[in-house]
Amino acid sequence: MTQIHVTATVNGDPVEFLCDPRETLLDVLRDRLGLTGTKEGCGTGDCGACSVTLGGRVVCSCLVLGAEADGAEIGTVEGMADSETLHPLQRKFIEHAALQCGICTPGILVAAKNLLERTPNPTETEVRYWLAGNLCRCTGYDKIVQAVMDAAEEMREIP
Amino acid sequence: MALDDTRITGFKVVGTRPDRPDGLDKVTGRAKYGADATAPGMLFGAIVRSPHAHARILGIDTSRAEAMHEVKAVVTRADFAPGLTGENLNVLENVMAGEKALYDGHAVAAVAATTALAARDAARLVEVEYEILPHVTDVDAAMEEGAPVIRADAADGSVPEGMHPNVVRYHESGHGNVDEGFAEADLVIEEHFTTEATHQGYIEPHACLATLGADGKGDLWCSTQGHWIAQKTCAALLGLEQSALRVTASEIGGGFGGKTTVFIEPVALALSRKTSRPVKIVMSRSEVFRATGPTSSTSMDVRIGMKKDGTITAGQGVFRLQGGAFPGAPMEFTAMCAFAPYNLKHVHQVGYDVICNRPKQAAYRAPGSPMAAFAVESVIDELCNRLGLDPIEVRLKNGSKEGTKASFGPTWDRIGLIETLEAARDHPHYSAPLNEGEGRGVSCGFWFNHAGETSVTLALSEDGTVQLMVGTPDIGGSRASMAIMAAEELGVPYDRVRVTVADTASLGYNDVSHGSRVTYASGLATIQAARDTIRKLCGRAAAKWGIDPEAVEWRDGCAVPSGPNAGEFDPMPIADIAARMGRTGGPIVGHYEVTPEGAGVSFATHIVDAAVDRETGATEVSRYTVVQDAGKAIHPSYVEGQYQGGAAQGIGWALNEEYVYGDDGRLQNPGFLDYRIPVASDLPMIDTVIVEVPNPGHPYGVRGVGETSICPPLAAIANAVSNAAGVRMRDLPMRPARVLEALQDRTGE
Repeated sequence: MTQIHVTATVNGDPVEFLCDPRETLLDVLRDRLGLTGTKEGCGTGDCGACSVTLGGRVVCSCLVLGAEADGAEIGTVEGMADSETLHPLQRKFIEHAALQCGICTPGILVAAKNLLERTPNPTETEVRYWLAGNLCRCTGYDKIVQAVMDAAEEMREIP
Repeated sequence: MALDDTRITGFKVVGTRPDRPDGLDKVTGRAKYGADATAPGMLFGAIVRSPHAHARILGIDTSRAEAMHEVKAVVTRADFAPGLTGENLNVLENVMAGEKALYDGHAVAAVAATTALAARDAARLVEVEYEILPHVTDVDAAMEEGAPVIRADAADGSVPEGMHPNVVRYHESGHGNVDEGFAEADLVIEEHFTTEATHQGYIEPHACLATLGADGKGDLWCSTQGHWIAQKTCAALLGLEQSALRVTASEIGGGFGGKTTVFIEPVALALSRKTSRPVKIVMSRSEVFRATGPTSSTSMDVRIGMKKDGTITAGQGVFRLQGGAFPGAPMEFTAMCAFAPYNLKHVHQVGYDVICNRPKQAAYRAPGSPMAAFAVESVIDELCNRLGLDPIEVRLKNGSKEGTKASFGPTWDRIGLIETLEAARDHPHYSAPLNEGEGRGVSCGFWFNHAGETSVTLALSEDGTVQLMVGTPDIGGSRASMAIMAAEELGVPYDRVRVTVADTASLGYNDVSHGSRVTYASGLATIQAARDTIRKLCGRAAAKWGIDPEAVEWRDGCAVPSGPNAGEFDPMPIADIAARMGRTGGPIVGHYEVTPEGAGVSFATHIVDAAVDRETGATEVSRYTVVQDAGKAIHPSYVEGQYQGGAAQGIGWALNEEYVYGDDGRLQNPGFLDYRIPVASDLPMIDTVIVEVPNPGHPYGVRGVGETSICPPLAAIANAVSNAAGVRMRDLPMRPARVLEALQDRTGE
């Protein structure tokens, strides 16, 4: 099968790869670029574990073909922290015990970061609906929602 | 096992909420889960699965798959060990079908290829010739005369004469004379209940990476709740020596009981043995639904008698559980848990384990108990309603306490049911007014908790920091709890303890992370390993000081002389002893091996408010409070997390989740779109109250907390919905169409 040549930006870094026309962006991130922080929970766009940003929008990377990423700017969980400094959301997730097994955490962090960039002062309902595409089976979402609200508050105070 | 060294007060680290040690890895994407491992020369495996619910396998033609140049091997049942018996044979039959495919999704062959895409393509080229057989997927239908026989020889000696061969095990327990008890009652209610099979729904699909050489030595990396059981089972299925296979547990993306056995691991090993290359297998979500352990579906009859003053005079239950095509549905747990919260003079319970053409059930959080509570607690609620009694007062009146003879035999040690009921009664939630259209439900729940084989090693580093090796995969923050307990004993800061889940070659045998046992059993062993280390530390200080080791005690991270004759010496900190250990007798390592006997049962009481939409039948859970006895909360945030997670799974089970089989015996909803687990917008905040009635069987009083939290929700929500709708809901899930139908039946529309 002929492979497709793709160039893109991932977390600000230029990347270049060959991929099978059937490979998803998720496959490419994990298997070709070694960015295994993005997880596969379903492969059908129902669980959100593979959430990344594509040109500033949250997408399920399992529903995007690798070939479609040509020229795109992609953001993953690996790009959230600024070297040693964690993003406030990352810190608040640890502080609030907002993860148990942690498999859904990367996708939820990517989605929540995108929410706070658009809506710095979300209500609990807004957080719940924004994250409705990210399944978590461990926590019952309570501590996740609290961590997001708390991070939002901190980010508003320290712009 | 009452421990003379139990302590329940004066903690410095226990009960605090430090950051979990694996937190950073998990928020940055660095943590390595099952599917995140790779190896040089790695192949990808894919599994061929039966599309039929019940079919004889007449032949498997692998030639077209093998003709693909990317394909390196195909395996079938012939590639596994012959002559297995008992549970090993059941697991092998489930991992790779023999003569018959027993359910939709049953594995029949597997391929290994150079890419994942090629492996998937090749799997489609394996041609299996089937003779389709009649099938049955419903528990009641499977027990009826004339039902298709799934496996003729599966029943054991417990089954009474004259039952259908699909009834494979039978349980009966209780005491007193229920007829006498029912005669004393002012009101007797008997109801029939059903629940559907639900899946554990962990977000991480099963994944593994296997290497097995021609010399019979291998390595297996997998997402599992128990790598020693994986080692033992895989060794048996492949015909290997146990110690020749080293198993490493990856970070685990949820299990809830579903990762306590093996599915793809033996297959990856067989493919690796055939190709002499590492083989990775990752399940798709539909494979997870079709072929890994859902819980049992049930058909239950419960009868309870009550006096006007709320005294329960007798309880009786018949519990029929299907566990897929293999024995093992946890019907005895259902029967034993059913009336466990209550002090009954007359109680009788019967369980049937029934096989049918569905995947082999696997443990799911307090296996069997939530269904029992659904049936029993619904009948109690109905009795309270009809007799005009307060549901918590009635439960307080009849509740089990220390010294009560349990419904299944033993006499209770110190337990905390009454304390959870009192805390629930006094919680503001219970007295808050309801909104229009809402109903309130209450339920108790019980789980045994398990102890299991456990071994722990604690090694001191030269700088005085601590390496703790446990053998129980961390499924919800247990490394934090272990570090807390080690720090508490040793008197060192929490972050000086690094906890590792050791592989099977690095530690003695450990039972699975199940049965709510990890913080209890690995915690107990951690405390004892720390005390073993302290004895050695005190010995080194005693030798240095030239005094008797008995004259040295450990205080705040230092050896200090103790008693009037010990002499005057400055406290010797752990770091000083560690720095000299090479010259004073060698490395300092503490360890502990045990199968503890005091797991300590756990009870909970939940309160739920739910609103029912009379136009659509949809239910909204508007308020939820969990009250549960933790014995002692080591890290309260993760205890709360277990309470909230169990409640959320229970909400899904009660309202949405179900395995739907078509007339063709195929699973209709093998994906998260149609098998809908609760999402963030479905749920309210879940309030928690941690009750602490110390467990006499743990040095700090710990009781397991992971499972009990899923026992009350089905009933509590059903009671809330029934009270909101004005009609008793006896079948789960209470999907909107079902609630609407019940509303229409009631109003005669």
